[in-house]
Amino acid sequence: MSDDALPGGERRQLAPPVDESGALGWMRKNQFSSWGNGITTVVLIVAVVWILSGFLDWAVFTANFTASVGSECRGGGACWALIREKYRYIFFGSFPYEQHWRPLFAVIAMLTMLVTSADRRMWNWRLLVIWGLGSFVTFLLMFGQIHIPLSLFLTIALVLGGIGMNLRKAIAEPAEMNAYRALAAIGLVGLVLRITGILPAWSLAIAPFSYVETSLWGGIPVTIILATYGLAFAFPYGVLLALGRRSNLPLIKGLCVGFIELIRGVPLISLLIMASVMLPLFLPSGTTIDKFLRAQVAVILFAGAYIAEVIRGGLQSLPKGQFEAADAMGLNYPQKTLLIILPQAIRVVIPPLINTFIGFFKDTSLVLIIGIFDFLNTANQALVDPNWAGFPGEVYLFAAFVYFIFCFSMSRYSKYLEVELNKGTRR
Amino acid sequence: MRNISMAAAIGLTAAVVANAATAGTVLDTVKARGALVCGVGTGTAGFMLADSQGKWVGLDVDVCRAVAAALFGDAEKVKFVPLSSQQRFTALQSGEVDMLSNNTTETLTRDTALGLDFTAVTYYDGQGFLVNKKLGVKSAKELNGATVCVAPGTTTELNLADYFRANKMTFKPVVIEKVDEVRAAFFSGRCDVYTNDSSSLYATRTANVPPPAKPEDFIVLPEIISKEPLAPAVRHGDNQFADIVRWSQYAMVEAEEYGITSKNVDEMTKSDNPTIKRILGVTPGMGKALGVDEKWVYNIIKQVGNYGESFDRNVGMGSPLKIERGLNNLWTKGGLQYAPPIR
Repeated sequence: MSDDALPGGERRQLAPPVDESGALGWMRKNQFSSWGNGITTVVLIVAVVWILSGFLDWAVFTANFTASVGSECRGGGACWALIREKYRYIFFGSFPYEQHWRPLFAVIAMLTMLVTSADRRMWNWRLLVIWGLGSFVTFLLMFGQIHIPLSLFLTIALVLGGIGMNLRKAIAEPAEMNAYRALAAIGLVGLVLRITGILPAWSLAIAPFSYVETSLWGGIPVTIILATYGLAFAFPYGVLLALGRRSNLPLIKGLCVGFIELIRGVPLISLLIMASVMLPLFLPSGTTIDKFLRAQVAVILFAGAYIAEVIRGGLQSLPKGQFEAADAMGLNYPQKTLLIILPQAIRVVIPPLINTFIGFFKDTSLVLIIGIFDFLNTANQALVDPNWAGFPGEVYLFAAFVYFIFCFSMSRYSKYLEVELNKGTRR
Repeated sequence: MRNISMAAAIGLTAAVVANAATAGTVLDTVKARGALVCGVGTGTAGFMLADSQGKWVGLDVDVCRAVAAALFGDAEKVKFVPLSSQQRFTALQSGEVDMLSNNTTETLTRDTALGLDFTAVTYYDGQGFLVNKKLGVKSAKELNGATVCVAPGTTTELNLADYFRANKMTFKPVVIEKVDEVRAAFFSGRCDVYTNDSSSLYATRTANVPPPAKPEDFIVLPEIISKEPLAPAVRHGDNQFADIVRWSQYAMVEAEEYGITSKNVDEMTKSDNPTIKRILGVTPGMGKALGVDEKWVYNIIKQVGNYGESFDRNVGMGSPLKIERGLNNLWTKGGLQYAPPIR
């Protein structure tokens, strides 16, 4: 039936469709679709403008950027002059002032290391090179001098040889296996000789800069080192704990469960206080372990227990068939675990892992109770200066901003990784 | 990830500083190291704090620098280790630091049970009262019936009650847990008086007065109602080192008494006054007796200054804190700072 069949008078003119394109159209559709929506929109806009104008007035228009002492700032808006005066201290702490380029480049080295190892294409032997190089540069810049003792080389040889022997068993050529055996043997014999005192104490000294001890470290390098290395060590440790917890051997299982429950049962603060107050009392007098290292170890132990539970979640999500298939292939336990089980288990738990990482990045600020000047503590310290006292808002806002940048990038990375790793399982 | 752990192990192992247990005195250890390791607090305005360049400054810090000047002739040969109040005694006992100079109150139990030796008092602190000038009060004796802001569960609260009872006055306590909230309550006018250690009251007055009010609108009353002598501490067992710390402090006070300052110390070496000659090592003997260089006091005064200079620069009228000398004035001017003679 055609339109001509209808009498002309019957045709109703329809209103043109509401224009939903363009900014105006979008607003009409989303903001003002009904009276209720319209009122809500207006009220919220007014509230936001009111709060924002107050904040901007404080933070920008009446703010003082140039005062030379705190008293000139009083009565006005935000005292950003305080940040201008103190930013180098807040970032680098008591590190010798004229050498601040060293922690700066150390931070850059660590961030480069973290960013490059975030790329999935680097997840192979390159990761070893990146971390080896990055850590070396970081600690060389921070300490200024590094002495690598002979026993460390021997330990590395032993560990590398041992791992190779286990992991490449039945896969590797005889020549390769012999190389691993030789490496392990050199390490073992060397260590025994070193301990019995036959080999002399020798160390490789690399000393291009003046030595700066850890009590002078402060600010953002401390936060990043504590978080990065705390988690880098806690991760393999947590994996071992998780595997141990699923072990069939009652002793190993008991130890792992006991450790995890003990650590999870106490707050990080108490662990830090144990490390800084109790531990020195047990050591023979005159022997001290670097305070920074003690805090680092406490963070590693604590993070390890949490990561272990996250990894265990991943292990439990794997179907039993995977284990059985690996056994059927004749793989031994290390091969089965490292080649079949862990790659799948860790992929599942990436989001909760990064969540743990973000949590620990912020938790490292608890070291302030044992007198280590991490980023938050140097910011606190800036408040103590009587010349600049009385502007906590500005300092904490600044610190929050810096923390946010780090945590937000980690959370975006987690998002990217989630998508990236699940490409295979997505429809 | 195993790779990561190994690579990082290289860095971390380098961080292990195992000070081999050296049989010997603290003094020998310090001399062999070539630097004094001084435990300070984690930041108290005027007493110890890291400035914008990250250098430690403050009244307590100056004591460490003076000891280094006496020992090595160089006030810069100090390593400052920031310690929280929980760690400080352990750090001293375990030998992590050679001495503590971090606003520690000298008490009997600390002196005995903790195995510490306190040297001379750096600062006589004590509980005081902060009031608004508008109140028109000149003395704590006029505070009858006042509302007092105080933190709970501390000796501060008990001292307050004792003081008012002893003077037959009444007061209404406003007890608030958090120090920031106590201050806020005081500045908002909820109480007439805020009581705490007087050094802390001065810091509060400098930093926390909300605009448009000015720090000068508030005064700390002259009465001090408790004893908080703040003194550096050393371990039991090395009396010579304790002596050097103690006499370095006395030297600063003695120098103020005899008018020796960092500005005029060079002229003073030409003085005819036998006491000054002895102090500055022009007439030798004192340094030898103490086991340090004869010019030890000269080095202290030249590089750190006398007690008055240090006080003025860090907490007194030359600093934003503007603390009155009060009890910390020389004994000749009505205070308690009294150094035994250097002879």
